[in-house]
Amino acid sequence: MNMKTLMTYAFLQNYWWVLISLLGALLVFLMFVQGANALIFIVGKNSEQRRMMINSTGRKWELAFTTLVTFGGAFFASFPLFYSTSFSGAYWVWILLLVTFVFQAVSYEFQNKNGNVLGSKVFQIFLMINGLLAPLIVGALVGTFFTGSDFTVRKEVMLQAGGGAISTWGSCWHGLETLLQPLCLAVGGTVLLADLILGCLYLLNNIEDRELENNIRKCLKSLWKIFVVFLVLALAFLFTREGYAVDRDGTVSMENMKYLHNLLQQPWLLVLFLVGSVLFVVGMVMGTFRKSRKGIWPAGFGIVMVVMSLFFLAGFNGTPYYPSYADLQSSLTIQNSSSSKMTLEVMSYISLAIPFVLAYIYYAWRQMDKKRLTREEMVKVEEKY
Amino acid sequence: MEEALIDWSRIQFAVTAAYHWLFVPLTLGLAMVMAIMETMYVVKKDEFWKKTAKFWMKLFAINFAVGIATGLILEFEFGTNWSNYSWIVGDIFGAPLAIEGIFAFFMEATFFAVMFFGWDKVGKKFHLASTWLTGIGATVSAYWILVANGWMQHPVGTAFNPDMVRNEMISFWEVVSNPVAVTKFFHSIFSGWMTGGVFVVGVSCWYLLKKRETRFALSSIAVACLVGLVGGVATILTGDSSGVHVAKYQPMKLAAAEGLEDGGRKAAFSIVPGIEMPGILSFLATHDFNGFVPGVNDILLGYTSNDGERVPSVEEKMYRGKYAVAALEKYREYKDTDSEKASHMLDAFKKNEEFLGYGYIEKAEDVIPDIPVIFWSFRLMVGFGTLILLILVLVQFFHCRQKLQNMKWLQILALSAIPMVYICGQTGWVVAEVGRQPWTIQDMLPVNMALSSLSVGAVKATFFIFLAVFALFLVIELRIMLKAIVLGPVIEENSGNKVESGNGEER
Repeated sequence: MNMKTLMTYAFLQNYWWVLISLLGALLVFLMFVQGANALIFIVGKNSEQRRMMINSTGRKWELAFTTLVTFGGAFFASFPLFYSTSFSGAYWVWILLLVTFVFQAVSYEFQNKNGNVLGSKVFQIFLMINGLLAPLIVGALVGTFFTGSDFTVRKEVMLQAGGGAISTWGSCWHGLETLLQPLCLAVGGTVLLADLILGCLYLLNNIEDRELENNIRKCLKSLWKIFVVFLVLALAFLFTREGYAVDRDGTVSMENMKYLHNLLQQPWLLVLFLVGSVLFVVGMVMGTFRKSRKGIWPAGFGIVMVVMSLFFLAGFNGTPYYPSYADLQSSLTIQNSSSSKMTLEVMSYISLAIPFVLAYIYYAWRQMDKKRLTREEMVKVEEKY
Repeated sequence: MEEALIDWSRIQFAVTAAYHWLFVPLTLGLAMVMAIMETMYVVKKDEFWKKTAKFWMKLFAINFAVGIATGLILEFEFGTNWSNYSWIVGDIFGAPLAIEGIFAFFMEATFFAVMFFGWDKVGKKFHLASTWLTGIGATVSAYWILVANGWMQHPVGTAFNPDMVRNEMISFWEVVSNPVAVTKFFHSIFSGWMTGGVFVVGVSCWYLLKKRETRFALSSIAVACLVGLVGGVATILTGDSSGVHVAKYQPMKLAAAEGLEDGGRKAAFSIVPGIEMPGILSFLATHDFNGFVPGVNDILLGYTSNDGERVPSVEEKMYRGKYAVAALEKYREYKDTDSEKASHMLDAFKKNEEFLGYGYIEKAEDVIPDIPVIFWSFRLMVGFGTLILLILVLVQFFHCRQKLQNMKWLQILALSAIPMVYICGQTGWVVAEVGRQPWTIQDMLPVNMALSSLSVGAVKATFFIFLAVFALFLVIELRIMLKAIVLGPVIEENSGNKVESGNGEER
């Protein structure tokens, strides 16, 4: 392989890591739907308010869901070894995430229909459970990019009589054990709180109702404090811990304060992280301490930048993004887990359609959200959840 | 790999896929029906058509949610339960899934929301476009997932990379234009139209039986019966090319579907055991009454195909497959130390690469799928399919003569076509998927090499969790659907175009 083709392949691998990061970040942002649903019984004091909340998030839930599906598909296509190793290894974590989303998907449509067997409250509880668990699990899974997991990858098993699985997981808890590590819990908690805050900011932007607005702003006043606690814990754990490093030959070793080094050695990343954080705080302040309804915009852009910078922190600068503490050399890097050059190239052409997709989504929702949701609309319209 | 793990992993995937296919065809077909109805509304400016379209959209929405939810499970299950598969063919298989997300799902999700909530928020034309785009999104999505499935039946545009120990894409064009995928796409889409058509015709006939919503029912039948007929005829035509492909690329599947032990020329098509049509199988499989169709024993023992090509026996394929595996192992052993030996081994591997999958087959008989299941599924599919088409022809005929309204027996028959069309769809997929066993990828990767390293208990537990969830959702969905149907559309039958006030205004 000559230098030029190597460069191109490396470029494509990095490009796809950026896209995966973007999709992951958009997913965390769009889980404002989950955040708002988690607060359904706290912010929504009566059934009328709850119904408004559900109809507000109910018009966006498919975007979050579709982003999850696309995130999965894109990860599969670009880094199949991650898909096979993490999904089969951290089995119970992915299954749990899956089941909460499956219940969420039907809960909107079913909850206020005649003959729904369980009654609307049960479906609201399903939405709340998904609202709490999904951001927590997604956050904790991002945490495992830094803590490492208990797996081994052995491609040679394909060549042994009787075969076997290429990726195996050490713990019989299949991923649940990883989630209980302090860093994973702290990142999970931070993502959850961020989504709760984003959920509040979205509702402020999307619904026009004085009582509900008061409830939301009151709720935000408590949320931001817990958020700060989790964030400080997560950053402290992350930047003080020993991290995984990979050298030019692909050999993985441990390095003290690796992730702090990554941040300092890549100033652009530091800038991305800080600007994102500031934007998120600005959005949070607009919703909590000012009367503004537009906090979702800066906070939304902010969270996308912050989550992307976490993915970059995990994958760039000689870092295996999905490390294994059971066997360091099994760790997955952008280079050793990606698809072939051909596939990445084809997919890169496909990815040029993404701005077009974002544009029509933006256009459609500009048309749909010209007016905020009100109590009157809830009474008037026939098509509602 | 443990037999039990293979079985539970297979049944878990099979149940999810079959369940998913309860909802998808109705989505595809109903999308077409309601898009035509809304177009009638926009063209004729008749509020009646708006109300009619809206009623079917309500049922569409109830059905849609479960389809989406189960689609996510399927996508995840490739990784969770079929991890070797995900690595060994992910380079080819992942791409259509990602493309499906980017091109189809966002379109479907965005415009579904506009279609459902946007009546009073966007203009008429934008709304109509959204309804069509929802259906187009669903159809595009079907294309990409069937590119993925078609590739499992007939893997093209790929080569094994011995250094990475996986298959890699060498031609994207071959993958997306795979004739098996293209045929499968049309066969599935049109069977969806048939399902949508039969569903709307059946439900409308129920209203006729109950002597209510007559204008609504007859107008719905006018649209849906045509959609169903076009779908039905096209399903048969595409089924024919599907048969030719199966004969060419998956002869064992065809032999199983026909219960054909020993093949030959002028092979007979068995309608049911004992009743045979001479030469017809040869014609269906090769478009030549004298064409050679191999039976199960021919495939086991080797034969000369219709193109004069010698097809080795399964034993020989297994031998060469095991040789390929051994050569690959040696290649990997030498590649860093002895380049001459390594290149020698690589040559040996390349010569036998096409049989690599057979290297993991334990005994020759393992390549025979479950014949009775496939044989009878195929007959149920074809039998009910033909019957449904006949019913639709009758409905269309008498509807045109304006006699349908008074023909109770035909109304009952049309209503009973609803379960039939679901049996068709399900058994069709049984033929396609059980017929491919023991392969996840035909001739390339058997199920025993495709699995994740999980305990049988874990897979069993998730299977029962999914089963419980599916059963619960099905009960709820059916109840809601039936209640919505019993309630009926809100149309004042006797007042011409006048509709319920309050939300009929358009911008």
